[in-house]
Amino acid sequence: MTIREVATLLHAEVLCCEKLLDTEVHSACGSDMMSDVLAFVKDQAVLLTGLVNLQVIRTAEMMDMKCVVFIRGKRPDPAMIDFAITKGIVLLCSNMRMYPACGILYKNGLGAGEITV
Amino acid sequence: MTEPIRLHFEVDGENFASAGAASEAVKMRLKQIGVDPAVVRKVSIAMYEGEINMVIHAKGGRADVAIWPTHVELVLSDDGPGIADIDLAMQEGYSTAPDAIRSLGFGAGMGLPNMKKYSDEMKLESEVGKGTTVTMRINL
Repeated sequence: MTIREVATLLHAEVLCCEKLLDTEVHSACGSDMMSDVLAFVKDQAVLLTGLVNLQVIRTAEMMDMKCVVFIRGKRPDPAMIDFAITKGIVLLCSNMRMYPACGILYKNGLGAGEITV
Repeated sequence: MTEPIRLHFEVDGENFASAGAASEAVKMRLKQIGVDPAVVRKVSIAMYEGEINMVIHAKGGRADVAIWPTHVELVLSDDGPGIADIDLAMQEGYSTAPDAIRSLGFGAGMGLPNMKKYSDEMKLESEVGKGTTVTMRINL
C-alpha cells in the first residue's frame, strides 16, 4: 500500500513530506522502545509509535524507514519535523491507539515483513 | 597499501537529542562512496547503539571510524564508569540505564548485543573507573 493509504486508514494528519505520500510500503512495526526497533526490525518501512523525541526520527533514519506514524495523538515538535524533512521521512499523526492502528493496517494488507522469533 | 578514510567525532554527552549525529554523518559518507545499503545499515546501527551508550552511561566520548576497501572499523571510547561484568552486560535485556532513559525509548538492554549482532567482529575492553572502548569491524 502507499503511505497515502496508511494515512487514510488511520485518519492521520500528514505533518511533512507530502510529496512522498505515493511511496509504496510493504511492512510495518509498532513499538515505543527504539532499542527493540533497532534489535528486531528488518526492512519494515513504517514505524508506529507513541514515543515522541528526536531519536525516533533518527532510529527510523538508521533503519531506512519511509514513514513514522505518531499514535494516541502524540505530536512531534518543529525540530523533529524539520529533521524528518531533511531525511525524507513522512510523519503522520493519528489519534488511534497502538493496537487498533496496527490491526487496521495489518487487516488491509500491510504485514509485519520478516519477523525474528 | 591504500590508506583508509578516517573520521573522528567527539560525542557530546550532555545532549541526548544530538546522540546519533556522528552515526548519521558516517552513514551519509558510506552512501556517498557507494557502499552496499545493507552494509551501510549494519554500520549505522552498530555505531548508533554505541553512541547512545556513550551518552547514557559515560557522558559522551570519542568515535573513530576508518573506512578500508575491505571493511569499516569503528572504535568508540569513553572515560565513563566502566563495565564491571562484561558477560552480564552482553546479555540481552540486561541494562543499568535509569528509568528516565527508558522513558526516552532506550535502555532495554539491547545496545551491546545489537552492536555484536550487526558487526562481524567486536572487542569490548573496559576498566571500572577508567572507561570503555568498543572496537567493531564490519566487512564490506
